[in-house]
Amino acid sequence: MKGLKFILAGILFGIVMSKSEAISWFRIQEMFRFQSFHMYGIIGTAVVLGTLATFLIKKYKLRDYQGNPIVFTPKEKAVSRYLIGGIIFGLGWALTGACPGPMFVNIGHGYWAIVLAIGGAIAGTYTYGVIKDRLPH
Amino acid sequence: MLELLRQPWPWYTSGAVIALVMVLLLFFGKSFGVSSNLRTICAACGAGKNVAFFDFNWRSQVWNLLFIVGAILGGVIASQFLSTGEAVQISPATIEDLNQLGISAPAGMQPAELFSLEALFTVKGFLILLLGGFAIGFGARYAGGCTSGHAISGLSNLQLPSLIAVVGFFIGGLFTTFVLLPLFF
Repeated sequence: MKGLKFILAGILFGIVMSKSEAISWFRIQEMFRFQSFHMYGIIGTAVVLGTLATFLIKKYKLRDYQGNPIVFTPKEKAVSRYLIGGIIFGLGWALTGACPGPMFVNIGHGYWAIVLAIGGAIAGTYTYGVIKDRLPH
Repeated sequence: MLELLRQPWPWYTSGAVIALVMVLLLFFGKSFGVSSNLRTICAACGAGKNVAFFDFNWRSQVWNLLFIVGAILGGVIASQFLSTGEAVQISPATIEDLNQLGISAPAGMQPAELFSLEALFTVKGFLILLLGGFAIGFGARYAGGCTSGHAISGLSNLQLPSLIAVVGFFIGGLFTTFVLLPLFF
């Protein structure tokens, strides 16, 4: 089954998000109050190792499991969309204590209230799609 | 071994596994980014008929929907089999700050003041989760990614736009933490 490997990668992600407590509203509050190194350590380690891995993939022109080159699409150059969009995202991140990945992991923990936040996130995504041409990018 | 896994994991193991997940997806020919699933869900529900932004071949993104199915299962496995059930060990300073807002010290992963069903059926509790979720969905698409797409994948690829987005995440998060939350609570 072709899709199984994505489910397994997701399971690994869900477990690590849980065991590192990154799905906890408390941990996100602690991060935004600069009262612990924990979340910075998680993100920092992931970025340092991720940067090394990305560098090596590019340097040795590594290929994916089907033999296709692994390509990294550069993000389009702009400022306003990243800054304004990022600020709006951050408002919600600190309110719900969950970003899009941990939202789903929380369902697995039986925190059913998060389904409302997911519904809100889908509505927010839809609203963006409707008005995107009228926003500065 | 199982006892060790059941303890909360130190940050460096978690960071390493997140990087591993990103690399796994690259070798699967995909890229790590969870928030695009929200757009895929809109498209799969038929939003493409009315709104051009959702008019794309969403079936090519089913792999990412499977990833979040896995993430939910990972949450089930972690909470049922890999948990000691103890409270999140946040710093005493945070506990004290949150106490002043009327949020009690952690008993599990999430504060009952926000995530219990009783809280959900209050106007305040309902609006916090709904509007918070709305801002996450709207902001992530506007910025072209969330924590996984920008903070992990984008920064790992040394993308300046991702750095700008992450700075934005923090401006918004700090505003909520120090201005909005004291107003709400």
